[in-house]
Amino acid sequence: MTAAEPIRLLLFLVGVATFVGLNAAYLVWVERKGAGRFQRRAGPTEVGYAGLLQPIADAGKLMSKQLIVPPGADRVLFRLAPIMMMPPAIMAFALLPFSESLVGIDMNVGLIALFAFSSFNVIAVMLAGWSSRNKYGIISAARVVSQNVAYEIPMMLVIITVLMVSGTLSLTAIVDGQSGAFWNWNLFALASNPLMPVTFIIFFICMLSETNRAPFDMAEAESELVAGAYTEYAGMGFGVFFMAEYANIVIGCALAVVLFLGGWHSPVGVFPGVFWFLVKLYFMVFLVIWVRWTFPRTQFYGLLNLSWKILIPISIFTLLLSAVMIKLV
Amino acid sequence: MELHPVQSTGPQETFVLNLGPQHPATHGVLRVKLTMDGEFINDAVIVAGYVHREHEKMGENRPWDQFLPNTGRIDYLSAMMYTHAYVGAIERACGIEVPPRAEYVRVITSELNRIASHLVWWGAYLLDLGGMTPLLYAFDDREKILDLLEALTGARLTYCYYRVGGLAEDLDDGFVEGTREFVKEFRPRLKMFRRLVSENIIFRKRVEGIGIIDAEMCRKYGATGPMIRGAGIPNDVRRAEPYSVYPELDFEIPVDPAADSMARYKVRMEEMEQSLRIIEQCLDRLPEGPVMAKVPRVLKPPEGDYCYATEAARGRFEVRIVSTGKPVAHRVRLRTPCFGNLSLFEEAARGMMLADGIAMMGSLDLVIPDIDR
Repeated sequence: MTAAEPIRLLLFLVGVATFVGLNAAYLVWVERKGAGRFQRRAGPTEVGYAGLLQPIADAGKLMSKQLIVPPGADRVLFRLAPIMMMPPAIMAFALLPFSESLVGIDMNVGLIALFAFSSFNVIAVMLAGWSSRNKYGIISAARVVSQNVAYEIPMMLVIITVLMVSGTLSLTAIVDGQSGAFWNWNLFALASNPLMPVTFIIFFICMLSETNRAPFDMAEAESELVAGAYTEYAGMGFGVFFMAEYANIVIGCALAVVLFLGGWHSPVGVFPGVFWFLVKLYFMVFLVIWVRWTFPRTQFYGLLNLSWKILIPISIFTLLLSAVMIKLV
Repeated sequence: MELHPVQSTGPQETFVLNLGPQHPATHGVLRVKLTMDGEFINDAVIVAGYVHREHEKMGENRPWDQFLPNTGRIDYLSAMMYTHAYVGAIERACGIEVPPRAEYVRVITSELNRIASHLVWWGAYLLDLGGMTPLLYAFDDREKILDLLEALTGARLTYCYYRVGGLAEDLDDGFVEGTREFVKEFRPRLKMFRRLVSENIIFRKRVEGIGIIDAEMCRKYGATGPMIRGAGIPNDVRRAEPYSVYPELDFEIPVDPAADSMARYKVRMEEMEQSLRIIEQCLDRLPEGPVMAKVPRVLKPPEGDYCYATEAARGRFEVRIVSTGKPVAHRVRLRTPCFGNLSLFEEAARGMMLADGIAMMGSLDLVIPDIDR
């Protein structure tokens, strides 16, 4: 480690914190604008030009609200849950390779570390639901846990498939393995696994579920559970959950870009760079928003059936298939 | 061999979940006390009456015609059909002959109202299932109906357009043209709704085979309208007890024997199509002439007991009036469809999962003031 390394890391973390904060705030705006367009209305227009200051106004509102701890709630855990939600998300960002040089910590087990961090939010949501002593919250907490258990498995299987293709756990190395034009991306690595696009779809579905997004937003299914685990949270307690949700969406989408869409490499083979990474990232985010505003919610048991009966068998099959293909080719 | 039910070894823990009076899924101040075993509904108890407004009593302490605006506020989504039932009952009592033009206009406006009501249900139902976009699509089309009816009646929701003996005002050419245009525009929209929602795999998984309410249960609780038609019985007041000019019109009663949430969904979607047919026929046949019969200044229906039922968007709405020959009613009884439709929820929801129970409740198409009156 050189002398400049700690300073670089500090700067990177500051940058990441800013990136996460801006993303969380402005993805809300993008989502509201996007939802507006999908629903043939304008979305926020009043605060600032095209409603661009709306997130700031929202943050101001959330911060000025009273923080209420409901009677009978576990005070410590109730406060701890939102705090536990945010840091893992920010830490995960430090591992993401935005470009060849723009990466906080390039670990050789980056993928595992990233997963460790991004799986943390389940505990936070569960604690939030359980400690708020609200029946809707408790149902939601139970749902979140079983949902995440169900979807971690196919996601892991899919990632093992990708790992077998790329042969490394380091995120930068995975991206490097996909350099060149778009046919070198893992998404089109048909030579080592003809079902790679299917694998990508499974990954996308699992990612939606892991981030509690519609049509799998069981934790806060507002027509059944009011606001689920977040029902009792007011002000910035709720705001933090909201921000972390968007941060997790960005992490999930970034992971999809790294694993399948060639990271910072350009689709035509020239000018690689952070620009391409962001373009792909926001394209994925747009897909996530699109799905949310198009589909109704699944049932809870339908969601578990989808995972255990469909996604896990298929992902085991693709895993075995790519094992055979790699051995043969 | 004797069969023993499987005994649970652990403690049986149930908890009471209070769904409402303020809950996003009840669309109003309805309260349901659910006894839950985990995510399963063991028992449901409906606590109605949060918006009880004494409509029946109000009908008994004012002149006959002054109760008219109230009828549009019972089920605020099908005000036309409700006013129709009340004026129909008085017309039947007094023996007033309504001019044919007025009858045709009544049918046109009622059917427009039915489409608007079904659109609200469609959007709200998808909202219950977690799809937020269809609501805005539905309201887009509903807006056109509301604009038409606003130009005609001056109100957008709680119309008081029918009068004892006819209509408040004749319609103009703008309304006729606007309605024709709406009918033309709305058909492709219905196709689009079908592509967007009815064939969506997630939606179908959520409604097909779920929330079975069979004909027997409908009879037991007096459920009417799309509920009973979705259970395979072609019971529609417009055909069973014909009123107004419905006997002259050519339309079908959509029926689906599947009795699940999807059946009720399909029946309502098909009803919108049939309403368009009715509107087209009425516009073609619309006769010239007055829209108001000769009606005495002070209404004094002769002594007796009179009923008049209409097919509202949610089912059979019936008004029973008891007159003692005075300018004020002795008794006004309102038989509203939602009360019967909701009553079976307790039985139907037993053993369901919470999400399915909500999906089933949405398919009942409840309007809370209609339950509580």
